[in-house]
Parts: sequence; structure tokens; C-alpha cells
Amino acid sequence: MAASSPAEYISHHIQNLTFGERADGTWGFAQSAKEATDMGFMAVNVDTMFWSIATGLLFCWLFRKAAVSASVQTPGRWQSCVEMVLEMVNTSVKDAFVGNNALIGPLSLTIFAWVFLMNLMDLVPVDFIPQISHALGLPFMKMVSTTDVNATFGMSLSIFGLMIYYGIKIKGVGGFLGELAFHPFGKAFLPVNLALETVSLVAKPLSLSLRLFGNMFAGELVFVLIAALVPFYIQWLVAVPWAIFHILVITLQAYIFMMLTIVYLSQSHETHDSH
Amino acid sequence: MNINLTLIGQAISFAIFVWFCVKYVWPPILNALEERETRIADGLAAAEKGQQDLANAAHKVEDILQEGRDRAQEFVVQSQKRAEEIIDQAKQAAIEEGDRALVAARGRIDQERNEARESLRSEVAVLALNGAEQILMREVDATAHREVLDKLVAEI
Repeated sequence: MAASSPAEYISHHIQNLTFGERADGTWGFAQSAKEATDMGFMAVNVDTMFWSIATGLLFCWLFRKAAVSASVQTPGRWQSCVEMVLEMVNTSVKDAFVGNNALIGPLSLTIFAWVFLMNLMDLVPVDFIPQISHALGLPFMKMVSTTDVNATFGMSLSIFGLMIYYGIKIKGVGGFLGELAFHPFGKAFLPVNLALETVSLVAKPLSLSLRLFGNMFAGELVFVLIAALVPFYIQWLVAVPWAIFHILVITLQAYIFMMLTIVYLSQSHETHDSH
Repeated sequence: MNINLTLIGQAISFAIFVWFCVKYVWPPILNALEERETRIADGLAAAEKGQQDLANAAHKVEDILQEGRDRAQEFVVQSQKRAEEIIDQAKQAAIEEGDRALVAARGRIDQERNEARESLRSEVAVLALNGAEQILMREVDATAHREVLDKLVAEI
């Protein structure tokens, strides 16, 4: 990559490949960060979509493979591995989820496995895929979908929708709004309650997505910084420990995203006085 | 860092992956897990039952062996008793037989003695008569002195 300065190299690496309508009216990939911003809402981050769907399909394929040949008597290695993940998710759901909802288990498993796989792309050396895609004529390429706020918000807002849906379904419209209006201080302080509860409700999807995004973006940025600032012959001295540490981070972030989803949806299923 | 259509695209992808997982991944694997759990539990229960049965059978065998030993002991005691009885009976019979033989022998001895005595008596009477005849130098009329002779015979 012909980057003239470290600053340019870094900003190049944190820019998504955005497809949209350019200033001159033609459609194509944005060639600079400014151009991408100018495209506004009607644009798509092609790299985010590609890698997230690729990892999502990988998850579906891997787990479906285990599900198709699921054997009660003689589980193979892959089946045992998948079963371990599934058991872990199922135990978490059983421990943290109060209601009875058949969606929560598979939802949590999808979140955990998908977020984990998307995060896992972070361990691919920062220049491998961008170099290849640059040779193919693509100006930018970010492999880690979870370092794009669109991806994390896409998930957290879907979960937010489910929270509201189940809140209303379980408690009724009155119950749901009542919890917002009368909860911490009783009926006399309705405006205060409403303000507090609305903030705490809205903060949930926001914190959920920004936590994942922040952690992954920071991790990715450290890799990029190492690649940009450290001489290539001692990069491994810094990059390897960080990568090893990052194995923990990506797993932990996937787990946290899953656990918080379970907890938030559990709160939507709880009846009024339980917290 | 731009919010754009990717957001909606991601939400749709997320929904599709979740749907796939709900429909095709979660149920078969969870079913396999749960069924294996039940089978293992059943297997363990069966093993425990088998062990219990084995213990019961061992107990029963011990009981039967003990009964056999007791009965054998009983047989031995009974046969000893019976043997003693038979010996006693034999002894008794032998003693009775001996007594009977003794009594018979005594009877015969008495009889023979009496017979001998009778013959001796007669002989003595004749000898006495002969002696008296010689002493008297004359014939003694046996008929005339029958009374004396009989008295003499009785005295001998």
C-alpha cells in the first residue's frame, strides 16, 4: 500500500469501502473518507456487508453441518465442539432468563457465534486482505465488521425492537408504559420517572452496540498503529502479545454482547415488581 | 463512521441468521443433547438396578447354600442316631437270645440230673437189698418189705 505517512496509512485502514452516489452524480465506491461521508444515508459499506454475511454464512454452514449429522450415540469431534458452545449458551440462558421463550436460545447462540466470527477477523494481519483487494482495484477494505457502527447498531437496534415487542406482548401496552412512567418513585413523580426510565431504556441498545464497537475498533486500531509505527522486523514483538490478548477480548466481547441481550430481554419478560 | 444503509442491511442479515438458527440449528442439536442426557441417566439407573439385582442374587445363593449345609448336618445327625438305635437293638436281641439259650440249657441240665438221680435211687435200693440179703444170708422178700424199701429209697 503506497501510504506516504503513518497518519495516511492509519486513516486508510479505518475507512470502510462505501458504495453510493458520488458528488458528480455517478454511482461507485467512495475514494476518500470525505466522499464517503458526503454520500449520506443512501450508501452501503460493502466490506462490512461482505464480511458479516460471509462470517454469518460460515456460522450457518458449520453449525448446520453439526445439526444435520447430530448423533445421540456417537458424537463426532465437530459435533462435540458445537455442543459445548450450545451448552454454554443454553446454560447462560437458563441462568439469566426468567421467562420461557423458545427464541432466546437460538438468538443468543447466533449472537455469540456471529459476533465471535466477525471479531475473529481481527486476528488476520492488517494488510493481508487490504493488499489483495487493493490489487483488485478496491480503494478501502475493513475486514472486521464489528468495527463498523452500522453492524453493531444493526444488531443492538434489532434487539431493542425485540425488547419493546416482548415488553408490550408480556405486560400489555399499559404495563409497558406503566413501567416507564410509575417505576422508580411512584405516581407523584411521573415526569421524573418517565425521563429516567426512557434514558435507561434507550441507553441499553446504545451501550450494547458502542461497547462492542469501541472495543473492537480500539483493538483494530492498535494493530494498525503497530503496523504503521513499529519497524517491520520487530513488529512481532508487539503484535503477537496483543493478538494473544485479543483472543480473550474477542471472545469476551461476544460473550458480553450475548449475556446483555439475554439480560435485557429477560427484563422485558419480568413482571412489574421483580427488580 | 457514517451511519448509512448498511445498518438496515445488517439488521436484515441478523434476522435471517437468527431465523436459520431457530429453524435448522438449535432444535436438532439440543434434541440430540437432551436425548443423550436421558439415555445416560437411564443407563446409569439400569446399571444401578443390575448391581442391586446382583447383590440380591448373591444373598439368595448364600441363603440356599446355608439351607443345604443345615440339611446335610441334619442328615448326619439323624443317621448317627439311627445307627446307634440299630446297634442298641442288635445288642438287646443278642442279650435276649443268650438268656433264652441259658434258660433252655439249665432246664435240660435239671432234667438230666433228675433222671440220673432217679436211676441212682433205683440202683441204690437194689444195692441195699443185695447188701441186706448178704447180711441176713437169706432172701429178703422184696414184696414183704416193700414199705421199708420205699422208705429207704425216699431217704436216699
